[in-house]
Amino acid sequence: MRLDVIIRVSIKVLLPFILMFGLYVQFHGDYGPGGGFQAGVVAAATVILYAIIFGLAPTKRIIPPLMVEIMIPLGVLIFAGVGVVGLLVGESYLNYSVLAHDQIHGQEWGIFLVEAGVFVTVAGTMVAIFYAFTGRGRS
Amino acid sequence: MVLLTLMAAVVIGIVRVRNLFSVVVLGGIYSFLMATVMLVLDAVDVAMTEAAVGAGVSTVLMLSVLYLTKTEEHVPQHTPIVPLFVAIVTGAVLVYGTIDKPAFGIADTPMHNHVGARYLEQSIPETGVPNVVTSVLASYRGFDTLGETTVIFTAGIGVLLLMKRRSRKVDRSSDEEQG
Amino acid sequence: MNLVQEILAHYNHWITIFLMVAGLYVVVARGNMVKKLVGLSIFQTSVYLLYLSPGKILGGTPPIIGEGYSGYANPLPHVLILTAIVVGVATLSLGLALVVRINEAYGTIEEDEIFETEEQFQPGEDE
Repeated sequence: MRLDVIIRVSIKVLLPFILMFGLYVQFHGDYGPGGGFQAGVVAAATVILYAIIFGLAPTKRIIPPLMVEIMIPLGVLIFAGVGVVGLLVGESYLNYSVLAHDQIHGQEWGIFLVEAGVFVTVAGTMVAIFYAFTGRGRS
Repeated sequence: MVLLTLMAAVVIGIVRVRNLFSVVVLGGIYSFLMATVMLVLDAVDVAMTEAAVGAGVSTVLMLSVLYLTKTEEHVPQHTPIVPLFVAIVTGAVLVYGTIDKPAFGIADTPMHNHVGARYLEQSIPETGVPNVVTSVLASYRGFDTLGETTVIFTAGIGVLLLMKRRSRKVDRSSDEEQG
Repeated sequence: MNLVQEILAHYNHWITIFLMVAGLYVVVARGNMVKKLVGLSIFQTSVYLLYLSPGKILGGTPPIIGEGYSGYANPLPHVLILTAIVVGVATLSLGLALVVRINEAYGTIEEDEIFETEEQFQPGEDE
């Protein structure tokens, strides 16, 4: 662990930017390339990179496995819940136009919330899978 | 075109090489090439996803599995005549099928005149989102995406069930892996 | 000249088919589980290529609406493949998890050895 000081320092510099890029991809997905799937994977890649460089135990202190496992169903619930809101107002399922005062804003809110749900599920699943594979010792 | 040829060469490498570590690294190279090809094909969202998922996450997962298992592949005992025959026949039939397909990059093929054109025209007036891929993904085909998210959720739960360290219920673990 | 144009017009399809067939061959012919999964993902990516390449229009741009552009690539295959990639990695990881469990149960990831072990323990019928 002494020899990889360059890797550790450079990763420490890079990680915030990677996470920032993930969030940019998430919130800018309406206008440029990107969206929940990509952002979720990039965010998960940040965690995975941190775990590769600094070890699994410190990573699990920052992102506990329980939180990751809660994130997996939470995203699906957000997604499905957005649909149910449309149902409650009297429109069809997953019709976002009712979420705000007019159609354009409603669609924008709907897409935002749905992408957030996708982000949470994808990031949670990827990190959970990574934890599951690496947490298991060689048999 | 050069990229496609390069990709074919990498795949030949994957088929030939027996060291699984090299196979996984070649798979990462293959994914990056695939992402570049997708960029050339104007599929920027997909290229981004492929670069992050195919080359990043799945390579890491493969490597962690190799750490848990073995990194050398055995020489197969029986000669692969039958699979080779099946593969070549399938390939020949598929190539025969492509002869009638429209040439690459033509704008007036049937697929550009149906629902895709409608999405491109109506995305701004109906949803106000310039990136048509996002609007189709989240709005027009929301059900589809909900299904995909559920599939990811299910796969994640499945992996957790299979791989979770058995801490206290040692005797019941064999029941779990059946389910 | 005509032949060259014909080849250029269908080159992407042929590479797609080559990748697909190579993936199929790896899945069928190789006994190693990890190699099989790599072959499966090659097969999968060839399908991505199959979907995406007809969507491209020569001289077109990515499907992000902006002023001064016309001729966008078809967005529908992009959406389908985008979700397919993420689902693909999820199912790949499920397969890898199964490989790890098989390795723990049998001590090998080669198909032939697993079958041998199965035959040895046939009367017992456990694991």
